[in-house]
Amino acid sequence: MSSPAESALGWWGVLLAILAGTMRGGTPFLFVSLGECLTEKSGKINLGLEGTLLMGAMSAYAISYLTGSPWLGVLVAGISGLALGAIHGWLSQQPRVNDVAVGIAMIIFGSGLAFFFGKPFIKPTAPQLPTIDLAGWSQNPAVEAALKISPLFILGALLAPFLHWFFSSTRWGLYIRAVGDSPAAARAMGISPFKVRMLSVMAGSFLAGIGGASLSLYYPGVWTERISSGQGLMAVALVIFARWNPLQCLLASLLFGGAQALGPALQSVGIKEGYYLFNAAPYILTLVIMILTCSPQRTLTGAPGALGQEDA
Amino acid sequence: MALRKTLESICIPIAAILFGLLLFGLFCSFVGANPFAVYASIWKAAFGSWNTFQNTLIRAAPLMLSSLCTLLPARLGLVIIGNEGALVMGGLAAVSMGLALGTAVPSFWVQSFMALAGMGAGGIWIAIVGALRHYRAVNETISSLLLNYIAIAILNHLVGGPMRDPNSLNKPSTAPLAEINMLGDIPGTRVHWGLVYGLIACVIAYFLIQRTTFGFSTRAAGGNMRAARLAGLPVGKLTLTICFLAGSCAGLAGMVEIAAVQGAANESLNVGYGYGGILVAFAARQNPLAAILVSLLVGGILASGGILQRSHGLPDATVLVFEGIIFLVVLYSDSLYGRLPFFKEKPDRLPPAPQPAIPTSVTAQGS
Repeated sequence: MSSPAESALGWWGVLLAILAGTMRGGTPFLFVSLGECLTEKSGKINLGLEGTLLMGAMSAYAISYLTGSPWLGVLVAGISGLALGAIHGWLSQQPRVNDVAVGIAMIIFGSGLAFFFGKPFIKPTAPQLPTIDLAGWSQNPAVEAALKISPLFILGALLAPFLHWFFSSTRWGLYIRAVGDSPAAARAMGISPFKVRMLSVMAGSFLAGIGGASLSLYYPGVWTERISSGQGLMAVALVIFARWNPLQCLLASLLFGGAQALGPALQSVGIKEGYYLFNAAPYILTLVIMILTCSPQRTLTGAPGALGQEDA
Repeated sequence: MALRKTLESICIPIAAILFGLLLFGLFCSFVGANPFAVYASIWKAAFGSWNTFQNTLIRAAPLMLSSLCTLLPARLGLVIIGNEGALVMGGLAAVSMGLALGTAVPSFWVQSFMALAGMGAGGIWIAIVGALRHYRAVNETISSLLLNYIAIAILNHLVGGPMRDPNSLNKPSTAPLAEINMLGDIPGTRVHWGLVYGLIACVIAYFLIQRTTFGFSTRAAGGNMRAARLAGLPVGKLTLTICFLAGSCAGLAGMVEIAAVQGAANESLNVGYGYGGILVAFAARQNPLAAILVSLLVGGILASGGILQRSHGLPDATVLVFEGIIFLVVLYSDSLYGRLPFFKEKPDRLPPAPQPAIPTSVTAQGS
C-alpha cells in the first residue's frame, strides 16, 4: 500500500494517497451501499450483503481467470449476487422470519460458498479490469498510480444520480417507495409488496455482487478469504448515514473509502501509531452521527416507514 | 390438552434439520463427495463417541454464553447483534485483570476477578447499546454492529501496540496468562469449566425470564413497549439491565476463550462465536434452554470441520456451507408454526380474523 515514491512526496503524498484510496476503497462501498439503499427503500434490510460481496469477489476472479475476460467476471459476480438475493428476498418475507437473522445466516452461507469454490483460485493471478489513466501529464509514478481510475468507479458514480432519478421520477421508483413506506397502502394501489421487495432485494444483491468484483478485479485486485473487511455489513450503517439517498450514498462511500485510506497513508510517512484506530474511524463516525441525529421524539428523516417490519 | 402443539414444536425443528441435511447432501454429491459417507463422518466427529463429543462440548460452551447476548434483549423486543464486540471486550478485560494480578493472589481469586472483569466489560459494552436505544432512540441493531468493529479495532490496537508481548512474533498477542491461572478441565474430561458456566447461565436466564417478576415485566414490555410504559413499567431500567446482563454473558464467553483456550488475547478472539451465537439465539426461538441444544448441534457441526478436510478432501469452508444451510432452513421452519393443518388443536375452529396493519415507524416511538 505504501511505495517509496509516495513517501518521497512527503505530506503531498499523504493527500494524494488519501485521494487515490478514496476512489479505490470507495468503489466497493459505493456499489454495496447503493444495493442496500435499493433494498431498504423497499422496506427490507439485507445484512447478508457481506456474503454477497465475498461471493461476487470470488466468482468475478474465478471467471476472469478461467475465461480471461474480466468484464464477464463482473457480470457473473452480479448474477451470483442475484441468486443469493433471491434466497434472502424469499426467505425474509416468510411470516415470523427475521430479516437480521436471515442476513446473518446468509453471511455464513455466502462466505462458505465463496471460500469453498474459491479455494483453487487463491494462488493464480486473474486478468484485472483495465483502468482509465488520468495522469498522462505527470512524470511522477506515484501521481500516475494514484490517478488510475476504474471504469467501475465511474459506473457507480453515474449509477448514484440515476438511482436518485429512478426513485423520485419513475413509476417503478414510486412503487418501491410505496411498498417501503406502507405495504398496506401499496397493496391498495394494486401493487404486490412481495414481488416488489423480491425484485428490489435481488437487484440490490446484483449491485453488491459487482461491488465484490471491484474488490477482486480492481482494488486490492486479488482473491483472498479476508478480502472484505466487513464492507458488506458496513453498507447498512452507510445507508443510514446517507439517509436513504443515493446521491448521499456516493458521498458517504467516498468518505468511508477515504477514512480507510487514512491509516495506510499515514503509515507511509512513518506514523505507525494508532493504525487500527484509524481503521475504526468510519464506524466511530457513523455512531457519533447517529447519536447526534437520532432523537426519541421523531424518526430518522428519510427512513422508509415500514423498514424492517414484518408485512402484516 | 396441548398435545398437538407440543408435537408441533418437536417435529418442526427435527424436520427442519433433516431437510437441511438433505440439502447439504445434495450439495456434497454435486461437488463429488458421497453424502452418506459425509453424514457418517460428521456424526462420528460430532457425537459418535465420548471422546469426540468432548470436542463438540468445548465448542458449544462459548456459543451458549454468546447466544444469551442476543436472546435476552430479544425478549424485550430488541435485536442486538453485538455479541462479537462484547466477547472481545470481555476477553480483553479478563486478560488485563489476569496479567495485573499475576501470581500474587491465589488462582481461585484471579479466575474470579477475571470472570467479573469480563462480565463487567461485556455488560457495559452492550449497556451502551441499550442506553443509546433508550435515551437517543439509536437503532440497537446498527449501533451494536458498529460497536463490534470498534471493539475489534481496540483489540487489534492493544494487541499490536501497548499490550503486545515482544516475544509474539508472527501473531501479535498479549503476554500469556500464568499457567496456574488458566481455567482447568472438568475432572475426567478434556472439557474446560466454561461449559458449566454456559449451562448455568442458560438455566439462570430461563428462570429469570420465565419465573420472576423481572422476567414477566421484560416479556410484557417486549410484547408491547407502549402498553408497558402506560402500565408504569420502568422501561428504561429494564432495557439497561437486560442489556447489561446480555453483554456480561458474551463477556464471560470472552473470558472463557481467554482463560481456557487461548491463554492470551490475540486476533483469534473473534473467531466467529459472536455471529454464531446470534443464529443460535434465533434458531432456539429465544428460549434459553433450547439454546443449549442448538449450541450442541452447532458445536458438533464446527467440530466436524477437521474430519471433512482429512477424510473427504473437502475444504474447511464446507462447515460454513453446512452451518449456513442448516440455519437458513431452521429460520424458514419458524414460519411453518400454525400453518400445518395436522398440528391444529381444533381443526373445525374458525380462522382468526386478519390483523389490521398498524403503521408504525421502525427507529423511534416504540422505545
